Amino acid sequence: MENKIIENTVLKFEHVSVSYVPGKNAVDDINADVKEHAITAIMGPSGCGKSTLLRAINRMHELYKGITVSGHILLKGEDIMEMNPMQVRCKAGMVFQRPNPFPTMSVYDNVLAGYKLNGIKLKKSQKDEIVESCLRDVGLWKEVKESLNKKGTFLSGGQQQRLCIARAIALKPEILLMDEPTSALDPIATNKIEQLALELKKIFSIIIVTHNIAQAARISDMSMFMYLGELIEYEKTKIMFTNPKDKRTEDYLNGQFG
Amino acid sequence: MKSASIVKDKIFRQLLFVAAALIILISAGMIYSLTTGSFGAFSKFGFFKFTFTSAWNPTAGSENYGALSFIIGTLLTSFVALLLCIPFSLPVALFTGEYFKGTKIASFLGTVTDLLAGIPSIVYGLWGFYTLRPIVQSLGLGENGFGILTAGFVLAIMIIPYAASLSGEFFKLVPDDLKEGAYSMGATRLEVVRHISLPMAGTGIFASYVLALGRALGETMAVTMLIGNTNGIPFGLTSTGNTMASIIANQFGEADGLKLSSLIALGLLLFLLTAIINLIGRLIMKRVAVKV
Repeated sequence: MENKIIENTVLKFEHVSVSYVPGKNAVDDINADVKEHAITAIMGPSGCGKSTLLRAINRMHELYKGITVSGHILLKGEDIMEMNPMQVRCKAGMVFQRPNPFPTMSVYDNVLAGYKLNGIKLKKSQKDEIVESCLRDVGLWKEVKESLNKKGTFLSGGQQQRLCIARAIALKPEILLMDEPTSALDPIATNKIEQLALELKKIFSIIIVTHNIAQAARISDMSMFMYLGELIEYEKTKIMFTNPKDKRTEDYLNGQFG
Repeated sequence: MKSASIVKDKIFRQLLFVAAALIILISAGMIYSLTTGSFGAFSKFGFFKFTFTSAWNPTAGSENYGALSFIIGTLLTSFVALLLCIPFSLPVALFTGEYFKGTKIASFLGTVTDLLAGIPSIVYGLWGFYTLRPIVQSLGLGENGFGILTAGFVLAIMIIPYAASLSGEFFKLVPDDLKEGAYSMGATRLEVVRHISLPMAGTGIFASYVLALGRALGETMAVTMLIGNTNGIPFGLTSTGNTMASIIANQFGEADGLKLSSLIALGLLLFLLTAIINLIGRLIMKRVAVKV
């Protein structure tokens, strides 16, 4: 009854656990269905495992030694653990805490970085088209169309972050993972990113990790509250913010800890 | 009590100033004696004629000296060394600074590479003379195995540690969030190295090789033992020759008058050459450090 607006599942967590130290789970047995064309916010105090959970989706943990991920994560029904990690990362785009455009590449090349990195050759006309449409999607086209050949690092922080989003969506991912994408930005730039997320969810599904309760309330459709590695509550944002079921969720939303 | 410690502090500061001044004085003194020592040669032949002619004739009465053969010998051996050292030092730098960054095996490899830097030049010379030279000889490269190639090869091993550890540091400086950004778009490790780490660290790595070149230019002992010590312009890699450092090492003992002055003039030129190369390397490195 409550899932009338948002119906299809794009991503499914089945008993997902992540540990940095053997025997101690930083993320403990998460089960949840993430809905398509929705913004799902993961909230919780520092160290609760929200970024860790997010990074399990695109298998970033495999870049570092000693981190183990167990359970299953299904992206559109396919188990990502069975896929090749490069393929998973093309299907799940990521936006990081700090804007990280590649300093050695121009704005133009940054948008196309995913293609260049994966060795995909494109015609000049295809490149121009992708660059323009992605930069339009993130509302950056008008601001940078005269300076496409300048280095991406000359842009302001907020512009850099939008460039990173353009870079992520250029690969047409199934899902967009945002790891506290506004924590390094000022309120105006933050607002732009939030508006952008609301636009982008029409095309993509978005999971956003955020420290900012107000941000989750403003833009998310669904909210997860994590505490000490556990998923305490997962509910429609409106319901969670007005009527949290768990005492810990209520305390967190009221600013009792965090 | 308090004032006593203030006085101590002042004395310590003064001592530091004295030490610093002393170093500057020593450097100035060295430049002074090199300049005055080489005055004889430069006033007889002229700076440009001395630098760009290749005569080396010590016969009394028709004495004539020029630096060109030795400048060419120095540049040739150093660039051969630089080229030969890249395929060894770059992988070591990638191993310690990128692929196995922070692991025990990386620090082990780093230590072993640094050990190479601690081996005295004469030991390299001996190894080159008794092990490498016969191999070069059996391959038919160079007279009796002596020559630019043999000297350059040993020089290459000698400068690997400098090039490897410095350029490894520049790989380490490439920010993790940039690499993660690339991985998050499906890049493989090799693609990250090619498109992110190498372009980011490129300038620093270039500077590392410039500084390694600076070391190769002045290296004396091992080169003197292997280059063959002939005074003409070397005609190729298998040719024997002399570097600026090796001719000085070979001939300073029995030199006097104009010949001694010419050798000192060679020393001054070598000093200028290495100073310029090191300065360029350091300037590039400073610029990179500011950017990072």
